[in-house]
Amino acid sequence: MASTITSPASADDRVSARSLGARLLSRPEIGSLVGAAVILVFFLITATPFRNIDNTGTILYQAALIGVMAVPVSLLMIGGEFDLSAGVAVTTSGLTAGILSYQFSLNVWVGVIVALVFSLAIGAFNGWLLMRTGLPSFLVSLGTFFILQGLNIAVTRITSGAVASNSISDMDGFGAAKAIFASEFKLGGVTVKIIVVWWIVFVAIAAWVLLKTQIGNWIFAAGGDAAAARAVGVPVKKVKIGLFMAVGFFAWFTGMQLLFNSNGVVQSGEGVGKEFLYIIAAVVGGCLLTGGYGSVLGGAIGALIFSMVQLGVVYAGWNPDWFKAFLGAMLLLATIVNLVVKNRAEAR
Amino acid sequence: MVRWQKKAVAAVAAVALAAALAACSSSGGKQKEQSSSGSGGNVAGTPRMKVALITHSGPGDTFWDIVRRGAEAAAQKDNIELQYSADPDGAAQANLVQTAIDSKVDGIAVTLNKPDAVIPNVKKAIAAGIPVTILNGGLDRWKATGALGYFGQDERIAGQATGEKLKQLGAKKVLCVIHEQGNVSLEARCQGIKDKFGNVENVNVNGTDQPGTQATLTSKLQADKSVDYVVALNAGIALTAVQAVKDAGSSAKVGSFDMSKEMAKAVQDGTVQFAVDQQPYLQGYLAIDAIWLYKNNGDTIGGGQATLTGPAFIDKSNIAAVLKYAEAGTR
Repeated sequence: MASTITSPASADDRVSARSLGARLLSRPEIGSLVGAAVILVFFLITATPFRNIDNTGTILYQAALIGVMAVPVSLLMIGGEFDLSAGVAVTTSGLTAGILSYQFSLNVWVGVIVALVFSLAIGAFNGWLLMRTGLPSFLVSLGTFFILQGLNIAVTRITSGAVASNSISDMDGFGAAKAIFASEFKLGGVTVKIIVVWWIVFVAIAAWVLLKTQIGNWIFAAGGDAAAARAVGVPVKKVKIGLFMAVGFFAWFTGMQLLFNSNGVVQSGEGVGKEFLYIIAAVVGGCLLTGGYGSVLGGAIGALIFSMVQLGVVYAGWNPDWFKAFLGAMLLLATIVNLVVKNRAEAR
Repeated sequence: MVRWQKKAVAAVAAVALAAALAACSSSGGKQKEQSSSGSGGNVAGTPRMKVALITHSGPGDTFWDIVRRGAEAAAQKDNIELQYSADPDGAAQANLVQTAIDSKVDGIAVTLNKPDAVIPNVKKAIAAGIPVTILNGGLDRWKATGALGYFGQDERIAGQATGEKLKQLGAKKVLCVIHEQGNVSLEARCQGIKDKFGNVENVNVNGTDQPGTQATLTSKLQADKSVDYVVALNAGIALTAVQAVKDAGSSAKVGSFDMSKEMAKAVQDGTVQFAVDQQPYLQGYLAIDAIWLYKNNGDTIGGGQATLTGPAFIDKSNIAAVLKYAEAGTR
């Protein structure tokens, strides 16, 4: 048996193509994807209504309510900042549109547009204050959180004399706006809420921006090391203010969904605590608190996990007292898995 | 381990054991707890049903725990499997109603304290042929949904009854404590007291912050010596108000809405003058039982009108009868 031994051509290992497996494993969202699959199988086994395909619409809707906001919150966390005012900002936006349209008897669309401008302004203010003072975003957005929470209740009371805004359901433009923000349609046996469609569109656009454009690179750079990014010409200030404004835009969208879904009425006390759900979705999806790492798709999967657990517990008929404990344990587990996978992938 | 270490470990263990034994209490604690006489016993021979109870309660709320116990009692007796779920967020509560529809339950009992968010899905459930009962909140909106019945208190009427009571007690100026900014039912209670009594001042506190509530009330009572009655809108706040009255050196008396174990004791001791009870146990019980009656005999309770579960006044004269139920956690 003669064999010719040829030494393999020595390739430079810095430019060799990594195997598909290694590339997959180094994606930030891989941990959450595995988690989502495990949870899905788990509830398919334990909860009978979970198996009915018609009920997918309910689960997706619950996920979209968190998921739409998880898009900008993920981007913001990759950019190295976070926003505690995101939860109440949603309510603020819904109230702005509702109260303005009602008080001045305007076409509903005027209220919607003004609310958009106002939400973007809140985001810009957060970003500007952060860059101007150099305070941590935790403190800046904590201040905004309390201001908005107070404004929500105080302004609603002054204008409507109650704690919920007056209904705008019989005003011009309500039908058209509802069709865009809060309608639903049948797809087979599944009732799909329009926000689910928007959510998928938003995730796709944001993922493309993050991975394929210069702006995406700037976001990673600004979050990874702001000083170094500045040194190579990344407009860090603009990027961060833009990210906060993105949170404002999506808060506006979610706020409009809130307004048009509940008959043109918004309860002024809502939204508190939601900001943590958005952050949870982003973190479970692989974003790091320190910035510079993460993914938009991961945030979407995080929102889906949240909704599967929340409704899975209900569908299974268990005592919902356990839900929060379950959620916390899952959050820890997900972050640990993310860390292990990330370290493994980097070690290869 | 060297010998002296072993000895030290043994000595510590012995001391700990002795302390543990000596630490047994001769009074109170778990040992005193009687097995609460639940509504065990016979179960109805009607077919097994699945009913969802969906409230807007936050996690760990005493009041809603009592509602749930009432619902559980009715479910046990009626051969019903009860699925409890709750979310304080309007949109999320509406989605829980949707999950109940998805699960093809035989009936839904739901609170309408966030009517605009929840009503569309209540209508959906009724359209899908699921009987729905409303409890606790939504008095002015429930009829339009086509629900079977409403079991709760009219907060304005309860407030007015309290105003009358305060007149009888000879109060001069009342402080009405709102512990959740933006809660419609709480506002209605204070408004009802104002309707009948007049000299009422509202004060806002944060109900989830007990020390802050106490400080706010103390400073309020110190600033305004003319207040001679504090009306709290839940049991926990009332007990905090008792402390605040002491701290302020005020002679004001305390009245309250809603019951709890501690409240029953306070009424007995005379530290709280009266409690306006809306009988949450009854709300949960009737909301579930009404579905069973409708399913098995086509009955509706209330003849198309709301069934009021309160106000029931509890004071020194009738506390003895209520106390044992309060201790068992059903009043």
